Amino acid sequence: MPGGRLQIRDVSKTFVARNKVTQALVPTSFDIEPGEFVSLVGPSGCGKSTLLYIVAGLEDCSGGEVLVNGVSVCDPGPDRGMVFQNYTLFPWLTVKENTRFPLTLAANALAYELSEAEVRTRLDRIAALIELMGLGDFEHAYPRELSGGMKQRVAIARALANEPAVLLMDEPFGALDAQTREEMQELVLLVRQHLQTTILFVTHDVDEAVFLSDRILVMTPRPGRVRADLRVNLASPRTVEGKLEPEFIRLKREIFGMLHEGRDTTGARDTLLRRMFSNEGAKSPQMTTDDHR
Amino acid sequence: MAVDVEAVDRPRVASQPAAPVPRRRTRWFAPRRNIPDRAYGGLAVASFIAAFLFWEWVSHQNFADPVFLPSPEKVWAAALGFLSEGDLLTDVKVSFLRVSAGFLISALLAIPIGILMGAFKVGEGLMQPLTEFVRYIPVPALIPLMMVLFGIGELPKMMLIFVGTFFQLVLMVADEIRRVPYDLLQAGYTLGAKRRELVLKILWPAAMPGIFDALRLCNGWAWTYLVVAELVAANEGLGYRILKFSRYLQTPKIYVYLILLGIIGLSLDVLFRRFNRAAFHWAATDRR
Repeated sequence: MPGGRLQIRDVSKTFVARNKVTQALVPTSFDIEPGEFVSLVGPSGCGKSTLLYIVAGLEDCSGGEVLVNGVSVCDPGPDRGMVFQNYTLFPWLTVKENTRFPLTLAANALAYELSEAEVRTRLDRIAALIELMGLGDFEHAYPRELSGGMKQRVAIARALANEPAVLLMDEPFGALDAQTREEMQELVLLVRQHLQTTILFVTHDVDEAVFLSDRILVMTPRPGRVRADLRVNLASPRTVEGKLEPEFIRLKREIFGMLHEGRDTTGARDTLLRRMFSNEGAKSPQMTTDDHR
Repeated sequence: MAVDVEAVDRPRVASQPAAPVPRRRTRWFAPRRNIPDRAYGGLAVASFIAAFLFWEWVSHQNFADPVFLPSPEKVWAAALGFLSEGDLLTDVKVSFLRVSAGFLISALLAIPIGILMGAFKVGEGLMQPLTEFVRYIPVPALIPLMMVLFGIGELPKMMLIFVGTFFQLVLMVADEIRRVPYDLLQAGYTLGAKRRELVLKILWPAAMPGIFDALRLCNGWAWTYLVVAELVAANEGLGYRILKFSRYLQTPKIYVYLILLGIIGLSLDVLFRRFNRAAFHWAATDRR
């Protein structure tokens, strides 16, 4: 399944709460070429997840439009698969049934006008996907019997079962431990190498973004906008050892620099901490009245 | 004083015979901690025995008039009496049919309506406030109206059970639907599910364990309303018979019927639980 082209045209988002208008996302535009892996990184609350949800059609945008293969999309649809940060497997279905769920939806069968033979091919592909994900022995297990990493693998397989034009991933490994996360990253690279899917990936882990992406879009704090569009020139196939390459480290440093810009560097926090924890500070009258109440 | 570091550091178990594997101590009074299943069952049996012994003791004291509190022996004799004569079986059958019919109609209507109420805000706005209003009308207050409307046959009794359980059940079903994590719906959307499928293929199966547990609770209430209905106008049934026995001060027989009602209720509850646990094994629950 070849990946699709994703175009973001002046997409913006404003929230209205208690008569106050907050701009979460200033009009943003960028293109993602078929088969490209693009990461969105930025400080938390910068609107990167909001942008992803707008692309998925789960959130309305206040302006602009999203195009998949040149067609404007508004509502959620099977052409944009999504892997969520939380575990969203259907607990009453087994691993196999979860990954086949998209095929049981009438809308999908109609939209693609799948013949019986095509459905068979799809089912075979799903079976291959389950194998590729290392879930072969767990086909008949229920989600509650799976570890966090395995749940996300099933979620990825389920999203890919639809053969979407674009795969959207919202900090999919945020809840996993460091080692599992690394395994999952390698798995994503493997899957992508086989399927050539276009992927838009949201993360706040710079390391993860550099390791996985062809391009990284760095966002500013709220109101969010894309401040840098960086190309990752690392040898493929990528390996964990590649994380020690000078180019990898250079990119990481560059992005870190952008993300940490504007942070408190005056040392005001240090002074405060020193006052709180030194004996001198404890004697100060304000501190004692507050703490011993 | 200096500590003898060597002595502290010396391995102590080396020369001793292999220590037995330490048994995990059961924490009997730690909040929400599990205790062994056998201990749990033992406590349950013990509570019944204790209640029985207490009854036995009180009934042989002078302060309890045996007319009001017959001894277990007398109740047992009355129970045996029902084997040879009396309408116990007919009463159980009639009452059981009334409850089942009322409860079934209530469930069949409450589940789809509750789903609509829980899934769609329009449904909620249309039906929730009205339901809440009707729910607070005490069911026994409806008996005279039921008799005027439906006469004194089977219909008013079933209707009373229906009214008593339906409005509660609808609200519980709607709540269970609302409790389904929104994440699951969002996943459904991105997989291509449309409105109908979101409801039938995601909300309904996800809420099913909770809905069936609501049915279990409602079945208990249905039995309460049954007795209320039969106390007023009936010619047979468990509630009717209790009223009749009281008229002739046949307290041992009343006790037999009360215990029977308890046994029926408990058995139905256990059956519901067994069914739910088997049918919804995918939902991890630590509830007993």
